[in-house]
Amino acid sequence: MSEGHSTYTPTTGLGRWFDARMPLPRLVYDSFIAYPVPRNLNYMWTFGGILSIMLVSQIVTGIVLAMHYASDTGIAFSSVEKIMRDVNSGWLLRYMHANGASFFFIAVYLHIMRGLYYGSYKAPRELLWILGCIIYLLMMATGFMGYVLPWGQMSFWGATVITGFFTAIPVVGNWIQELLLGGFAVDNPTLNRFFALHYLLPFMIAGVVVLHVWALHVTGQNNPTGIEVKSKTDTVAFTPYATIKDALGMIVFLIFFAYFIFYMPNYLGHPDNYIQADPLKTPAHIVPEWYFLPFYAILRAITFNIGPIDSKLGGVLAMFGAIAVLFVVPWLDTSKVRSAVYRPWYRLFFWIFLVDCIFLGWLGSRPAEGSYVIMAQIATLYYFAFFIVIMPVLGLIETPRRLPNSITEAVLEKNKAGGAVHPEGAAASPEIRG
Amino acid sequence: MKKILASLAAIGFVMAAGAAIAQDDEHSAAEPTHFPIHKPKQVEWSFAGPFGTYDKAQLQRGLKVYKEVCSACHSMDLVAFRTLEDLGYSEAQVKAFAAEYTIEDGPNDDGDMFERPGLPSDYFTPPFPNMQAAAASNGGAAPPDFSLIAKARGVERGFPTFIFDIFTQYAENGPDYIYSLLTGYDEEPPAGMEIAEGTHYNPYFIGGKSLAMAPPLSDDQVTYDDGAPQTVDQYARDVSAFLMWAAEPHLEDRKKTGFRVMVFLILFAGLMYATKRRVWANVPH
Repeated sequence: MSEGHSTYTPTTGLGRWFDARMPLPRLVYDSFIAYPVPRNLNYMWTFGGILSIMLVSQIVTGIVLAMHYASDTGIAFSSVEKIMRDVNSGWLLRYMHANGASFFFIAVYLHIMRGLYYGSYKAPRELLWILGCIIYLLMMATGFMGYVLPWGQMSFWGATVITGFFTAIPVVGNWIQELLLGGFAVDNPTLNRFFALHYLLPFMIAGVVVLHVWALHVTGQNNPTGIEVKSKTDTVAFTPYATIKDALGMIVFLIFFAYFIFYMPNYLGHPDNYIQADPLKTPAHIVPEWYFLPFYAILRAITFNIGPIDSKLGGVLAMFGAIAVLFVVPWLDTSKVRSAVYRPWYRLFFWIFLVDCIFLGWLGSRPAEGSYVIMAQIATLYYFAFFIVIMPVLGLIETPRRLPNSITEAVLEKNKAGGAVHPEGAAASPEIRG
Repeated sequence: MKKILASLAAIGFVMAAGAAIAQDDEHSAAEPTHFPIHKPKQVEWSFAGPFGTYDKAQLQRGLKVYKEVCSACHSMDLVAFRTLEDLGYSEAQVKAFAAEYTIEDGPNDDGDMFERPGLPSDYFTPPFPNMQAAAASNGGAAPPDFSLIAKARGVERGFPTFIFDIFTQYAENGPDYIYSLLTGYDEEPPAGMEIAEGTHYNPYFIGGKSLAMAPPLSDDQVTYDDGAPQTVDQYARDVSAFLMWAAEPHLEDRKKTGFRVMVFLILFAGLMYATKRRVWANVPH
């Protein structure tokens, strides 16, 4: 879509001078002003922009926090409390950063679910999808290490449990764990390297985001119909159409974000993290941050040995497998139709999958005992079945609904059906509601 | 689509019901497995809600309770005397308050440690010289520090309450817990329950059926000079509120800033929405 013909014509002398030497204004113009986007994008497509501002917000607040934070087990906890009590607006910075991590994940989960619903991973967007999965993986590493830095009880014990996973790997497991920890247990070397990596990884995320956006601008955006852009009438210019819609999405997202920062800043955290880390006192229930809970439930669902694989290694493999399977989704889905709008059965299984993920998340917060284990096993089974069985099989046997010939046709059909003047709220995302 | 949503709701309901059953199984009055035995009582706090503010008189009373009762065992390492001005004290009052404490300072130019009266820049002095001494004097477990206790304790709200909490802005788990614990010593343990020697039954304790701390408060223990009732209930309320302040001294500032931010963002969103409609008016989409 964006290849070739740039329509940028500098109007000022300075603009022409720049354009001949380093055409940065041309790049910006082509990418964010003239760039054609499908005219039928709904608000689920604003999460890309939302994620970018969340990344910037996390980096900016994080850099300022790092100016006041001390990564030493003796004073890390109290240095965070200094920020909360004595640094000007320190409480705001820290609450923005801590809740920002949560909202970053809320946005990324909605973004991923959008991709799964509308088939945004399908050819030619496989690389775009995989780059997104890499960003998600980096986010998880960053989030995990960031949670260790305040050096509370959950920081310490979460780090102990999660680095302990690696010991399940045969032969090299212990070596990997000791490399991660910088010793035999979570201690000062662990905190120091986690701080260094927590500072590094967001910039790596930013780098992969550039690749992600680059790949997006080559293939162009998918859209709620899943039909490729065919003519000029299918698209509108990025500015003002997409910019204004993205901006509205961002501000509404910020309202939710601000609500948590200012009114319930500790809702998404764990009270135990306000207790300084104590290696001699294990908390009653060690739980990771909420955004890891589905994977934590999958980890603990494997309570049985499978041949030579014991339950511990099995759990770790299932957990990493749950993320790894995302990378191959473009090849697991055999359907020729992208969007779930035209795939009634896929749509049903998709929504069950969504509920399943939330259910797994809730199970992850429960102790692994009694009926919780069985429920987690059933939910884990569905999680994997959705990708490994339902996606490939459904594509072969499902009869999709009739596809419109083009985006324009779909839009005009919809507008005719809904009356001449559409109330904006209803037009925003009718595809979601089907 | 409606069918799908209905089936989703049904699935969700079945899952929730299953989960609720799972929560209730193995429940036995004499040998409970989940703590606390009772959910905390919910108190109406002046600092709750979007416009919540601390009641300064209450914080001053709470400080008095902390100083005269709790501080015998519980430190409050992260709270500096200077911050007590938040409670409505003048600079001179804070200076006088700090001076009542003795601070070990040094070394001086001769290399000796020396003692001096506290300054506003000093922090509350701990009752024990170190963790080991605190543990040794208290049956092996050091009494927890109080600087953050109101944020470091929270009883799980359970499904679906934790979802409603988002809308009701319930964030007072900590003070509710402290209040409930302090007023929860009255109940008798159920028949058949064994209480370990030297511990005290309290169904609101998060860590088990009983705790080492004896009931710390009794009526008329602390003299209030503002006419507030001198009861365990009032002491517990006041000290819980004070501990919330100690844990979250910028709460008022946070909520005040939050209101401005929300008003700004909602107006901004409204304007943006109008602009967006205008821009898209002639483009079917």
